[in-house]
Amino acid sequence: MTGISKRYPGVLALDNANFDLKAGEVHALVGENGAGKSTMMKILSGIVTEDSGKILLEGKAIHLHGPRSAQELGISIIHQELNLMPDLTIAQNIFIGREPRRFKFILNDSGLVKEAEKLFAELHLNLDPNRKVEGLSVAQQQLVEIVKALSYNSRVLIMDEPTAALTSNEINELFRIIKGLRDKGVGIVHISHRLEELKQISDRITVMRDGKYVDTLDTKDATVDKIISLMVGRTIFQEAPHIPSTDNQPIVLEVKNLNNGRFVRNISFKLHKGEILGFAGLVGAGRTEVLRTIFGADKLISGEILVNGKSVKIQSPQDAVKHGLGYLSEDRKLLALALSLDIESNTVLGIFKRFARFGFTNSKKIQIAAEKQVKNLSIRTPSTKQKISNLSGGNQQKVAIGKWLTADSEIIIFDEPTRGIDVGAKSEIYKLMNDLIDQGKSIVMISSELPEILRMSHRIVVMCEGRITGEISNKNADQESIMALATMRA
Amino acid sequence: MAKVSLSRITTIRSDAIQRVLAFGSLVLMVIFFSIASENFLTIPNVNGILLAATVNGVLALGATFVIITGGIDLSVGTMMTVSAVATGIIITNWELPIWLGIIVGIITGTLGGAINGILIARLKIPPFIATLGTLYIAKGLALVASGLKPIYFNDTPRFNEIAMGTIIPVLEIPNIVLIFFFVSFLAHLLLTKTTFGRYTFALGSNEEAARLSGVNVDKWKIWVYVFGGATAGLAGVLISARLNSAQPSLGMGYELEAIAAVVIGGTSLRGGEGKIIGTVIGALVISVLTNGLRILSVPQEWQTVVTGAIVILAVYLDIVRRKREAVSSARQTSGEK
Repeated sequence: MTGISKRYPGVLALDNANFDLKAGEVHALVGENGAGKSTMMKILSGIVTEDSGKILLEGKAIHLHGPRSAQELGISIIHQELNLMPDLTIAQNIFIGREPRRFKFILNDSGLVKEAEKLFAELHLNLDPNRKVEGLSVAQQQLVEIVKALSYNSRVLIMDEPTAALTSNEINELFRIIKGLRDKGVGIVHISHRLEELKQISDRITVMRDGKYVDTLDTKDATVDKIISLMVGRTIFQEAPHIPSTDNQPIVLEVKNLNNGRFVRNISFKLHKGEILGFAGLVGAGRTEVLRTIFGADKLISGEILVNGKSVKIQSPQDAVKHGLGYLSEDRKLLALALSLDIESNTVLGIFKRFARFGFTNSKKIQIAAEKQVKNLSIRTPSTKQKISNLSGGNQQKVAIGKWLTADSEIIIFDEPTRGIDVGAKSEIYKLMNDLIDQGKSIVMISSELPEILRMSHRIVVMCEGRITGEISNKNADQESIMALATMRA
Repeated sequence: MAKVSLSRITTIRSDAIQRVLAFGSLVLMVIFFSIASENFLTIPNVNGILLAATVNGVLALGATFVIITGGIDLSVGTMMTVSAVATGIIITNWELPIWLGIIVGIITGTLGGAINGILIARLKIPPFIATLGTLYIAKGLALVASGLKPIYFNDTPRFNEIAMGTIIPVLEIPNIVLIFFFVSFLAHLLLTKTTFGRYTFALGSNEEAARLSGVNVDKWKIWVYVFGGATAGLAGVLISARLNSAQPSLGMGYELEAIAAVVIGGTSLRGGEGKIIGTVIGALVISVLTNGLRILSVPQEWQTVVTGAIVILAVYLDIVRRKREAVSSARQTSGEK
């Protein structure tokens, strides 16, 4: 693949990027979130079309229209979210769309099972082709996807974060299969954030950054430090203003041994009054899940949450709001705001009771509360009756913040607060967060943008695979140290 | 690890329970009504029960396919009516041969189904809305075409014979019952042995995965509604043969009874699973219940209430089972602990 570019509205996802793959090699593709790895591979597998650039397969230029045409050329992709039909059996899933038949319409199910068994035997797998996919573990489902990809006689197999959901035993099993395929001459692209793991499995490593190709290394010459420095690059970012330590301030939120599935494992941390605590990590590290659990949006399995030193039971977001917590979700449109309602309704959403008597709302009081936030947060809007959907992303975010201020939240959780908003609005949000802590509020901020984390946080908690892998004070933090913790397997 | 295999067993067991549940309740009902009334288990009454299950049963066959895809078809009741009227016009008004009337009736329903399919798959109108619209269109057309009056088949007694005659003289089972069982068997083969059936399940299980695997999902979705329309057309022919008339004001409400039969039979409204045998049993359950309560002199209003309660119970049982499955598969995935 040479000179590949792809522009999405507002972003240049790929900028003249290159990638090459040899038969019989495992080629790792690494980069930070948003570096363009996935887009690159979506183009190679025909799911999206490039704006410019060339794709050569065995020396011949190819044009892909749709996933089917890529599959027919022997290029298959296994997505991070598995794409199987849970109600169908393993064999039915593998051959969906091209079942063995008699007379075009009549299924030959015994032939189907035999074909599937033949494939399993080739890969030395022990799977029952007649089992429904529904009850399979993630690792088993992944095997089904691999078998399905290979049944197209794939010469190129792309795997997007295949190990993200696997246990170490399952990973070893997967690697055994990958190596087997490599030895048969299949070219494998392995996208992963786990650098240690890539040392084990890959032959070469290509690093991408900001939609651009950076470098390709032979794995045997590459050190983890070298890869990380290529990934983060030498991007100059504004030196963070001096952030005073808040260690002497009282603890407003403490979490002890929180557990909730594979994304929330034994999480403990403290939040001081007037502090911004940054949560860093790669996408899928479990940061959102941790904070959702604390906020009561997901049920916790075990662990203790203390607010102002007192143990509290939070079983629903309502409980969390009562204890002074506020949550600004990652996807504002989906979760935090009612888009088709106006600013006023959104400001008092969830705390209608305080503005109502006998079930009738007091619209004057609501308007005053909304106007206060519009002024306070300088939300740019003609009136408080404006629909949320007509506001810009930055202003929507401010309305969401205003909602929690109206609810008297003392601890506000910001999940990716600046995703999808422009640079100007970004710095306004930063200023606002600083104003909030000056007023004595405390903030937990999840962010995948390292410069943002470094600029804003007093302390930084880094997560990887549902565990906290480290905590750094702002003084000692830099992109490399965070990246190293974020890719550290427990 | 021991825990994992244990939860797997529970999953299988709860699945099996659901499968026999509909059949078990049918048997229990039959036993109950047989003890409660000596008039229940007689040949004429059993034939009556079977007879009452046929039209709804045929509609429910098509509805089963639609519901397995995760869709819904509200128009089957009035599609049946418009098909019946079409048959009446051919045979009685235009005095054309009976076989032509039957074919036109079935084709009418099939065309209606094709329109549903195109609205849903091509124009992306949600099934609930699309078929609600065609429900009214079909209802109106039936009234217009018939001139608001029933069309009788008094000059063609052989047409009525198709439904009410009997080719098995010993038990006096009406032909319409045999037709129902035969069509059910064909539908069963279609669902389990053909590509059409396989893609019906695939659509309801994970449409996006099917699309990414190269299945032409729009095309197959249209065919599913075409099949639903065809069964409505057949039901129209059967009901007019049985009543010896095409009643233009009939039809509303049949769609809900058909959906009820499908749901009682264990097909999930979420899509992805379902069985024809379940639907047949579901239709029989409704019929037995109505008949039994009537024999016990329960007023008809109350029969309707009981049917509603049964539907809610069936759906609730499905939800309970799914929850249990979700819990046990979650336990499996985090089984490493």
